[in-house]
Amino acid sequence: MHSSTKATFTQKQVEHVADLAHIPVTTNEAKQLAQDFSTTLDVISDLEKVDVAGIEPTHQVTGLSNVTREDTVDESRMFTQAQALANAPKQHDGFFVVPRIIDREA
Amino acid sequence: MASAATLNQQTLKATLDGLGQKAFSLDELYQAVDQAVEANNATLNAYLALNTTAVEQAKNVEQQPLAGVPIAVKDNFSTVGLPTTASSTVLDGYQPPYESTVTKNLQAAGGVVYGKTNLDAWAHGSSTETSQYGRTLNPRNTKHLPGGSSGGSAAAVAADMCIAAIGSETAGSIRQPAAWCGVVGIKPTYGRCSRYGVVAMASSTDSPGPITKTVEDGAMLLNAIAGHDPYDATSTKQAAPDFTSFLDTSIKGMKIGVLYHDLKGLELVSPQFDAATRVLSDLGALVEPVEALNPHYAVGVYTIVQRAEVSSNLGRYDGIRFGHDRSHFGDEAKRRIMLGTFTLSSGYNDQYYVKAQKVRSLFIQDYAKLFSQYDALISLTSPGFAKPVGATEGEAMFGELEDLLLEPSSISGLPGVNVPCYHDPKTNLYLGMNIVTPMWEEGRAIQIADAFEKATPWNSWRTPA
Repeated sequence: MHSSTKATFTQKQVEHVADLAHIPVTTNEAKQLAQDFSTTLDVISDLEKVDVAGIEPTHQVTGLSNVTREDTVDESRMFTQAQALANAPKQHDGFFVVPRIIDREA
Repeated sequence: MASAATLNQQTLKATLDGLGQKAFSLDELYQAVDQAVEANNATLNAYLALNTTAVEQAKNVEQQPLAGVPIAVKDNFSTVGLPTTASSTVLDGYQPPYESTVTKNLQAAGGVVYGKTNLDAWAHGSSTETSQYGRTLNPRNTKHLPGGSSGGSAAAVAADMCIAAIGSETAGSIRQPAAWCGVVGIKPTYGRCSRYGVVAMASSTDSPGPITKTVEDGAMLLNAIAGHDPYDATSTKQAAPDFTSFLDTSIKGMKIGVLYHDLKGLELVSPQFDAATRVLSDLGALVEPVEALNPHYAVGVYTIVQRAEVSSNLGRYDGIRFGHDRSHFGDEAKRRIMLGTFTLSSGYNDQYYVKAQKVRSLFIQDYAKLFSQYDALISLTSPGFAKPVGATEGEAMFGELEDLLLEPSSISGLPGVNVPCYHDPKTNLYLGMNIVTPMWEEGRAIQIADAFEKATPWNSWRTPA
């Protein structure tokens, strides 16, 4: 049923997507993932048969739009600095420690 | 009256009646539940964490209607004082600093979070086999899976390790495990129960809801958790009705359409399901087969939309503010994040994501047409009985194909109720019926499910198996 549209996903594409998604993958994982993605894209390719001319996309179903709330501080939801840092694996002088992302060796 | 040792086997309704009449104490109730957990959790792995102060909390409860009863909660709801992992080691040791709205509502109604239940990691799956803390087994037959992703909650209910439970569904995750474990699951309309504080999976379909022993219990628990929440922008401002007002109401004259009656792959269980539909006819409903858009297209839509939303939602896990780094994601999460990243990436967005959202509109239109002629639509919940342990291994699309019959209603935001509709005495496994109604009409699905449950022998709490 999918023979004419058999999807192929290459190991190189997996590595590119892994980089975009910041997911570490080994060479062996990339090989397996390329196969998994081909299987999945094959199932998805069914949609090519559906005519959607003139149909608008639905991004969410409630019909609500531009839902806002008053821009005020709700003190009942505020964290203390200690609460905000309580789950941080690395902290320094009351701050989160983040990896350096500028001036990184390419 | 139940003896003290079997108080855990009561429905929510019977438990509340008993507590109200002082037929037993909260101590006795919790002892019975604790004993069931001690006896079974090592085997079933339904709970990942237990609230060690549950009974003390219960005794301090003054609120009605839930009056201190122990409720199991899926481990993707943020709970202050109890770890929340979404069954992923990325969140190993995470202690949420804030409470989800659903568990806050539950507690405001007098419910006590008894423990946190296992799920497929990040709720990605339909087996509870992809949990990074080990699989959950089906209490009805431990050679089989409980379904998922709310498999821990469904198993805890089926094994009487709680009085009732909370799950969440994105596309099948309440109804399918309820079907496999022979319990009741209510997936409310998208927007009926707040998503605030639930570990986000697919934001456009995530829907918290009850998993319970009976339909009546489900209606009672839904009353407790539903309602508008300013912290969830897609939460409805419409007031929720009293869902128990739909119980014990005749379904005579209702028009019910039977979906997917001629779908390939359902032949083995069709006779049982046909018998179930005849019960609804006997109750006075007009039941007839209807044609609907091919559900296989919904699998494509859901797969694209869900992976896209997952890649965005799981982008926040950087291991800086909380949790561990992205190397901790399991295989299934990695697959979904990366596929979503791909379908949203430059050059592919229109081909996959936008196309999927257009086909989604076609499903919504198809339902609108069907609901102009029918009060409700029914089908099997799952294409078959609970699959054996190990069934997900090497199956990249296991969940989507298991949830084939549910995904059309999920992507359309519709409510649905699973009610047990067959029991196989040889395997002790169940089939479930999925009853779908229009947006905001959970009450009608509850009405039909309740009438069906009370007219059949399939509910193991109403009729001893």
